[in-house]
Amino acid sequence: MRRTEDVLAPAGSTGDRGPVLEVDGLEVSFPSEQGRVQAVRDLSYEVRAGEVLGIVGESGSGKSVSSLAVMGLLPEQAKITGSIRFRGTELLGKPDTELSRIRGRRIAMIFQDPLSALTPVYTVGHQVAEALLVHGGGRVSKRAADRRAVELLDLVGIPNAAARARSYPHEFSGGMRQRAVIAIAIANDPDLIIADEPSTALDVTVQAQVMEVLAKAKEVTGAAIVMITHDLGVVAGIADRVMVTYAGRAVETGDVDELYTRPRMPYTIGLLGSVPRVDTGQRQPLVPIEGQPPSMVDLPPGCPFAPRCPMEIDACHDAEPALARVDGAGVDGAGVDGATGHAAACIRSSEIVAAGTSAAELFGASSAHHTADPDSRDRRPEMLRADGLVKRYPVTKGAVIRRRVGTVHAVDGISFDIRSGETLGLVGESGCGKTTTLMQILELGAPMGGRVEVLGRDIAGLSRGERKALRRDLQVVFQDPMASLDPRLPVSATIAEPMAAHGCSAEHIRRRTAELLDLVGLRPEHASRYPAQFSGGQRQRIGIARALALEPQLLVLDEPVDDVFSGPQHPYTQALLSAVPVPDPAVERTRERIILSGDMPSPADPPSGCRFRTRCQLFTSLPADRRQRCIDEEPPREAARVDGTPRADHEVACHYARVHQVL
Amino acid sequence: MQGVRRDEYHDGHAAFEECADRLPPPKGRDVTGFLLRRLINYVALCLIATFFAYSAAALTFNPLARYQMRNPPPPPEVIENLRQELRLDEPIPLRFLHWGAGVLQGDFGETITGQPITMELWSRVGVSLRLLLIGTTLGIVLGVALGALGAIRQYRPSDYAGTLFSFVVLSTPVFLLGILLQFAAIKFNDAAGTTVLYFTGETTAGFQGGFGAALLDRLQHLILPTIAIAFTQIALYSRYQRSAMLDVLGSDFLRTAQAKGLTRTRALFKHGLRTALIPMATLFAFGFGLLITGSVFVEEVFAWYGMGEWFVRGVQVEDVNIVATVTLFVAVLILFSGWLSDVLYAALDPRIRL
Ligand SMILES: Nc1ncnc2c1ncn2[C@@H]1O[C@H](COP(=O)(O)OP(=O)(O)OP(=O)(O)O)[C@@H](O)[C@H]1O
Ligand code: SF4
Ligand SMILES: [Mg+2]
Repeated sequence: MRRTEDVLAPAGSTGDRGPVLEVDGLEVSFPSEQGRVQAVRDLSYEVRAGEVLGIVGESGSGKSVSSLAVMGLLPEQAKITGSIRFRGTELLGKPDTELSRIRGRRIAMIFQDPLSALTPVYTVGHQVAEALLVHGGGRVSKRAADRRAVELLDLVGIPNAAARARSYPHEFSGGMRQRAVIAIAIANDPDLIIADEPSTALDVTVQAQVMEVLAKAKEVTGAAIVMITHDLGVVAGIADRVMVTYAGRAVETGDVDELYTRPRMPYTIGLLGSVPRVDTGQRQPLVPIEGQPPSMVDLPPGCPFAPRCPMEIDACHDAEPALARVDGAGVDGAGVDGATGHAAACIRSSEIVAAGTSAAELFGASSAHHTADPDSRDRRPEMLRADGLVKRYPVTKGAVIRRRVGTVHAVDGISFDIRSGETLGLVGESGCGKTTTLMQILELGAPMGGRVEVLGRDIAGLSRGERKALRRDLQVVFQDPMASLDPRLPVSATIAEPMAAHGCSAEHIRRRTAELLDLVGLRPEHASRYPAQFSGGQRQRIGIARALALEPQLLVLDEPVDDVFSGPQHPYTQALLSAVPVPDPAVERTRERIILSGDMPSPADPPSGCRFRTRCQLFTSLPADRRQRCIDEEPPREAARVDGTPRADHEVACHYARVHQVL
Repeated sequence: MQGVRRDEYHDGHAAFEECADRLPPPKGRDVTGFLLRRLINYVALCLIATFFAYSAAALTFNPLARYQMRNPPPPPEVIENLRQELRLDEPIPLRFLHWGAGVLQGDFGETITGQPITMELWSRVGVSLRLLLIGTTLGIVLGVALGALGAIRQYRPSDYAGTLFSFVVLSTPVFLLGILLQFAAIKFNDAAGTTVLYFTGETTAGFQGGFGAALLDRLQHLILPTIAIAFTQIALYSRYQRSAMLDVLGSDFLRTAQAKGLTRTRALFKHGLRTALIPMATLFAFGFGLLITGSVFVEEVFAWYGMGEWFVRGVQVEDVNIVATVTLFVAVLILFSGWLSDVLYAALDPRIRL
């Protein structure tokens, strides 16, 4: 029982390199109407002091459930068996009062969604201080806790921390809230931090900031970290070891370099192939893993990945493959303690020849990713042209008498053109005006400023009928698939709707609906299902099918598409690209990241000159005389020069544009 | 939008924070100004409500009819006198102004029998307020507690019991509830062998005794009507509190609170309940209006001479001044509770921007 006292005693006895957390044969199930949901099955792993373990898997693979089990925060109806030992002390079965003395002090957790992770009615400073007070046992004064909270907020990069500590969560951006949550997590110098997709809900630049803060948190506290994510790119640079989970089980674990360079399980290879690579310099097809994870109720015998596995053979269905060593030591099914070595749960792992098998080969990527030839650009017809598009929103105040107190410059003089056969990516951080631009175009109404031409026609002078005709050729797929589908309409009706609105015959609609479902990779029997019965990805496909129904000339997809830029010249583009994680540990560790500091400038009060200058990494490195130009003059968008020659299809708005390879 | 702060250097990086002060917390002065404006609105609303009640009563009531129908009829001069006294020939707005001017000086006029209203007013206000305040306080406190517990113990027997209680009470008219309570009190008194619970009046007529005994006597009279009043309130609030709490129970911030080391119970109270109270603030004002309606019946059933009972009496004897006075009282109470709701809301929710 000496161990128990150790865990509940004040912290400080760190330094030994033994395992901090040992999870052994963990099983978690929930009751449901269909039967018991086996969310976690026979999961074993351990984390040593100062180590970073990455847990990677698709949505629903039991990552969050297993870590909530460690924290003792699962709902009561969850049935948990197995063993969870923290520094040798069994945590499973401990009462909440005892666990609460460990939570936040020895084990801290950072949650998936920062926007809702803080209590709206208390100040951020109060919530950080609370973490100190609750474990202070009366020894920490409120004043001292508040002071320390400010220090912690400062440490995680909240500017002007003393003042911001008095703000409420709604006054913080998503990235700042996640920083505050990290401050809470490190407040008591824990031995273990569990980070459950700490950056998934944030956009790519903030994601990079948060990961940087986490790395710093690890440095400051020396804590072991369990880093949960669905993106192998995110953990490549920070993890020491990685565990890949599928259907509630570990299917491959190993040292980070080993696992990324010599994956031995088709699922891992698939995950690696589905992450966009901004580092390879050339376009590579993304290789999606087709299909859905299995239902966690009544799993059939055999490998749970078999229905989606390109290497599946009859033997795969006989029994579920055990996690076995694949690195030579203790070959042939010898159990792995999860601490060291490379193990995979696949009967054909020995056939997956080291380093040789790429996702593209294995998953038979259809390289249908064809792009328009830049040379013929001038000859192709123009589908859409925006010239100096402007959209401003008034900021008003007062309930009875509204008065205008300012203006939000949501879109301020954007120009671009798209020619037939091209894909134009409108890329930027969240809140930078992408959706506003699209909505302005789709409205087909006269813009507040500037000019929009769709299929060669200025939309300002369109009549009602012309507008309707034009809408047919202009289709949109919205960012949030669920919000744009009617939950009470079956999928077939959703897809048929635009066709019916434009007066197509019933026969045509039926034929076309079947075609479209097939085109976007849905099964014919899906037609009668309702949106709620689909996964997020499938819903997106429904949206695309609907948009394609009228064979539009121009398709607008409101969702950031990661594309590969070969020679980014604008510092903002460079920073955006630099923030995209790469699933290669060697690259991730050595690459120099451009971390954009802070948040977007307020669109109600944009900075003078170049809008980006307040966060520009190039600006800070310029001598004062050259900086002045950025402050005074808004840079015009000009053809980018590559080796001195201007390029027709590449423009940049930066006084000091130059190619900077981010990788 | 001034006050944009630029921290030249932060943490080794040059970091310009345009947004750092984008949304300053609402200043205390703004909140006060907002509440003041609301108060002025409310005063105007009170006036309008009372004017309408006064006009409606003055238009429909014929206070002289009772006299004309007497047998033998009073001499015409008496009737004429009364008509003069009651200013029945003047236009209604003028009569209202006259009455209103008196109110401003603390004089609410006379009843048609010539009694000064002001004299009776304060004792009746006291009677009603005692019932209303105790009923509301109990209703809010117990309703919130019952609702919160129901949510925490969702689908357990105690939750089902609470739900059943709420629905039974909410679907029972208040006067029926009062009568049922009286019936239960009779049984109870029989079982106890002595009168523990009284159900007529707010005190025993001609009661003699010391201060302690008098207090006990009042308490014995107070219990049943208070239960009648509070039950409806508890039932109403507990339903709303339960669902507000259920929304909060699955929330991420509650999990964060536990993850930092709060026990489940402590997190539930400090973070969960506190947040789930916000939507209740608006409801309290609404519930109070319902309560006043309910109290009319309760006062009738338990023979309490409060404002509700007075209103009924006023309508029966076709007395405009009584109706207008009670309406003013109710309007003030409702709008005051609405104002209190605003104050509460501003205090509870830092997110409202005023
Ligand atoms: N309270 C619950 N009741 C029933 N089933 C649940 C409950 N919580 C989780 N599950 C199920 O358990 C499985 C694992 O969920 P979990 O949240 O761990 O997934 P995840 O790997 O974290 O996914 P994501 O990447 O989407 O966060 C899912 O199938 C989920 O539906
Ligand atoms: S066991 Fe079979 S189905 Fe499962 S991953 Fe290996 S090859 Fe694929
Ligand atoms: Mg999760």
